[in-house]
Amino acid sequence: MTKLWIKLYRWVNERVHLEDLVEFLGKKYVPVHSHSVWYYFGGVSLFLFIIQVVTGILLLLYYKGSEQLAFESIQFIMSKVEFGWLIRSIHSWAANLFVLSAMIHMFSVYFTKAYRNPREMTWLTGMLMFFLALGFGFSGYLLPWNELAFFATKVGTDIAGVLPIIGEPIMIFLRGGEEVTGATLSRFFGFHVAVLPGIFTVLLGIHLILVQRQGMSEPIDVENSQTAERKTMPFFPNFLLRDLLFWLLVLNLLAILAVFFPWELGKKADLFAPAPAGIRPEWYFMFMFQTLKYIPAQLWIVDGEVFGIMAFGIAGLLWTLVPFWDRKSSRGEKNLLITYSGMFAVMYIIILTILGWRS
Amino acid sequence: MNEHNASPREQGKRDFLKYVLGGGLFAWVVSIVYPLLAYLTPPKQAEVEVNSVKAGKLSEIERDTGTIVRFGNKPVILVRTASGEMRAFSATCTHLDCTVQYQKDMGVIWCACHNGKYDLNGRNVSGPPPRPLDEFKVILQGEEVSISKNA
Repeated sequence: MTKLWIKLYRWVNERVHLEDLVEFLGKKYVPVHSHSVWYYFGGVSLFLFIIQVVTGILLLLYYKGSEQLAFESIQFIMSKVEFGWLIRSIHSWAANLFVLSAMIHMFSVYFTKAYRNPREMTWLTGMLMFFLALGFGFSGYLLPWNELAFFATKVGTDIAGVLPIIGEPIMIFLRGGEEVTGATLSRFFGFHVAVLPGIFTVLLGIHLILVQRQGMSEPIDVENSQTAERKTMPFFPNFLLRDLLFWLLVLNLLAILAVFFPWELGKKADLFAPAPAGIRPEWYFMFMFQTLKYIPAQLWIVDGEVFGIMAFGIAGLLWTLVPFWDRKSSRGEKNLLITYSGMFAVMYIIILTILGWRS
Repeated sequence: MNEHNASPREQGKRDFLKYVLGGGLFAWVVSIVYPLLAYLTPPKQAEVEVNSVKAGKLSEIERDTGTIVRFGNKPVILVRTASGEMRAFSATCTHLDCTVQYQKDMGVIWCACHNGKYDLNGRNVSGPPPRPLDEFKVILQGEEVSISKNA
């Protein structure tokens, strides 16, 4: 048996020179310090993305993306197909854990300033993937065609429509018409299973190649410390095995959540029913949703909602471009302004999310 | 041969080629991008112009209630006040497009999405809605209640 593997390796190696890759992996080291634990969340996000691809393809075998059949096909998956309830529940839970894990990954990179020169491109591709993840969440939320999803989509796409000049065409493009209808469902289905995964995969490839090429970033104070010997651990097999252990823990957590807290399907969307009381979006949109409730209808000369949306847009843009205006971190100096604004963002998100859940 | 010592005649030929090729490239890009953009824009569906709809019989509409009536492809809310008066408004919240409902205990028209409230004249009285609800006309012909556009 071993012989066969060696033979196979030799056969491939003769053609594509695998030894370069093996040598590269053998020489790869991961820094060890008090913040090393954050390195695992990128890997966890990757694992959850793989789970989404697999369960997503499984759901595609039975799901029907139309106004008349979408809700019924998910009912069918959950009640008739063997283990259909499990697959759907895992897909929904993994989506939420994915956004959570990507968020932790993003904030840890932000606070350790790992985005600084020379890793600006890694941060940018990561942020773009994060926005795509939110797009995945938003488009996937509509696919069961239930009451909550219907109104969440109405509100979400209407928010896009509030933007000056470009808003209206974007809204019509997203909805596939003036209103949220079956046409919207078809479009969102296409975005969710083809457009977004395609773009995401390309970005993910670039992101991973950059991480391999540049190695792990170290926090500034670790990098600046004068101690002669910095602790590291070999990527292969030490770090990889730890990574896999983490993945196994996440898989267990996912199984517990999916089995003991199965995802609800709710009531089928009725285009001519009032929005149900207690309607709320997914938790990761909650802080924005809650903010919109507090902003008055008119603020100075602009509509309150326009103000809120522009404010979030500008904040998101500044956040995404942080490697380019945070010059201090790139020079290896401490930048407290960045740390404090990050803390403010985290506190804001947590407090408004709690307020949203309690109201 | 380089650009510097090209004779004016040569230069003229080059410019000509530059414009022809550049223009050709531009036309080629447009011929691909335009159909794509046009395809992405959903075609206008022929909508049946609705001017009035029947909402039911007066005796069947209880006091102090609100119902959603289908007006073409838009929802309209028909409210019968505690005193028996009939009013109709567009049921689409002016804030972010949710569908409103009648709230008996508060005596207001309420939007569940962002807690917007309108009084029974459709005026936005609290929460984020920026404008009042559009009013519709309620017409009584004997027992028959119908709703029509407020022309």
